[in-house]
Amino acid sequence: MRRLSPAISQRIAMGILWLLTLATIAVLFYIIFYILIKGLPHITWEFLSQAPRSMGRKGGIFPMIVGTFMVSGLAVLIAAPLGVGTAVYLTEYTRESRFTFLLRFGADCLAGIPSIIYGLFGFVFFSIALGMGLSVLSGALTLALMVLPTIIRTAEEAIRAVPYAYREASYGLGSTRWQMVTRIVLPAALPGICTGIVLSLGRSISETAAVMLTAGSALRLPQSAFDSSRTLALHFYILSREGLSMEKGYATASVLIIIILVLNAFAYWLMRRFIRRAY
Amino acid sequence: MNQDKLIALALMTVALSAVTGLAVITVFIFKEGVPIIVDAGLRGFFLSSDWDPAAGRFGILSMIVGSLIVTLGAMALGGVFGLSLAIVLTQFCPAKLAAIIKPVVELLAGIPSVVYGFMGVVTLVPLIRTYLGGPGLSVLAASIVLGIMVLPTVTSISVDALQAVPRSYWEGSVAMGATKWQTTHMIMLKAARSGIVAAIILGMGRALGETMAVIMVAGNALEVPGSLLDPVRTLTSNIALEMGYATGRHREALFATGVTLFVIIMIFNTTALVIARRGAGKRGPK
Repeated sequence: MRRLSPAISQRIAMGILWLLTLATIAVLFYIIFYILIKGLPHITWEFLSQAPRSMGRKGGIFPMIVGTFMVSGLAVLIAAPLGVGTAVYLTEYTRESRFTFLLRFGADCLAGIPSIIYGLFGFVFFSIALGMGLSVLSGALTLALMVLPTIIRTAEEAIRAVPYAYREASYGLGSTRWQMVTRIVLPAALPGICTGIVLSLGRSISETAAVMLTAGSALRLPQSAFDSSRTLALHFYILSREGLSMEKGYATASVLIIIILVLNAFAYWLMRRFIRRAY
Repeated sequence: MNQDKLIALALMTVALSAVTGLAVITVFIFKEGVPIIVDAGLRGFFLSSDWDPAAGRFGILSMIVGSLIVTLGAMALGGVFGLSLAIVLTQFCPAKLAAIIKPVVELLAGIPSVVYGFMGVVTLVPLIRTYLGGPGLSVLAASIVLGIMVLPTVTSISVDALQAVPRSYWEGSVAMGATKWQTTHMIMLKAARSGIVAAIILGMGRALGETMAVIMVAGNALEVPGSLLDPVRTLTSNIALEMGYATGRHREALFATGVTLFVIIMIFNTTALVIARRGAGKRGPK
């Protein structure tokens, strides 16, 4: 058999690769537009501001919006200081050693654990062993562990990208290490760090399996961090799985997608700013 | 001076949070799950497909098989598409276009898994039922949905691996008269091989661990599937489906399912880490 000429095989290969690429992008747009087209018409002010009635067949999703932001916001509030602190320690306060290898290995493993395992763990540890029950706090602590590796990794990258000259200049002016970190390095790395935090927030909002087992599925508006709360993603799951209301399902999914779109756009904008400033 | 030492110590404590978390998770999951595995015996638990919590029989073989089949199916799809995307992004695509496609792929990673599952139910499942037969909720549906979901993981890690290949490799190959495609598949893909393998293994870990989307499209039947069109239950869906009402030994058995999943995923991820690290160490200076 005669071999294809390099030029022709290149054409064929590129054709196939581009086709697959375009197919992927098409799938993404299909999903987003499908949900938004079916859901946007049902989003009204009442839907966003009222409590659900008859298990979610009627009424709105206000308690879920509040619950989602309570759980995810709290998760990020807990994870961010731990993650950034870890990153600062790894980059500024230590040298590569067996110990840092262990720390990184721990974070890498944590990143690979599936959300349902986090759910199981959060359920026996936070909800039962520590007596938090199914609550916003239990859900938030579980999610905090889940997003911790993401925050560590992005913060570490952002801090490493700060030019070494900044540190030398700061030392040259007689600052201590802590002054150098808090006044020079962290401000310079801030947009990069924030990108990681925003993406983690998005991931917490999208999460379903872990919050289902830890934050529960109460339909009430949570009054404090110790109340159970149903998040938007879980509400959407229950609506569609139990066939309660397609309309409300699409509308809830649209709200979720819009939140994710906004957060991703914001993270992207922060990242661009960071790149422009760092180089 | 003392203050600086104190801060270093405090930061070190904070830095231990991830490892501590990992340790506590491992201990608690194993503590809850291992006793019943010992009780039921390795054969009764791992090599039996008889899952009947009411009768106290907990065999998870069909779910292990189910998880692995669905994961392989997902990787066949997600691997091919994800790698193609990575190749296009790093080798063929103008930088400006890549700057648009990349965030789009990241967005794909940001969409909640319940939305993927839902889209699978309303679009894919009816298609399979009508044109291929069977109940629609099937291995095939789960594989396709998971394939799309793990694609961003495969793409982003492969992109990193391809970008880490020294530019001089590419230049050298093109200077000798190779076409772009020859350079890509003979030089770049070979040089980035370990990173790409790591990407695919990590993608498999993702697929194996995904829960909500799989529950929605896989049908969750308690049998080893005979064909791609049969429904299937995975380890993850077993936990999520029954955790809501399980008590006593049943709940322990679900934790044992979790232990199984945990161990498989840890093997996958450690393998990927080792491969990626070895690949990164081998390469010479830029």
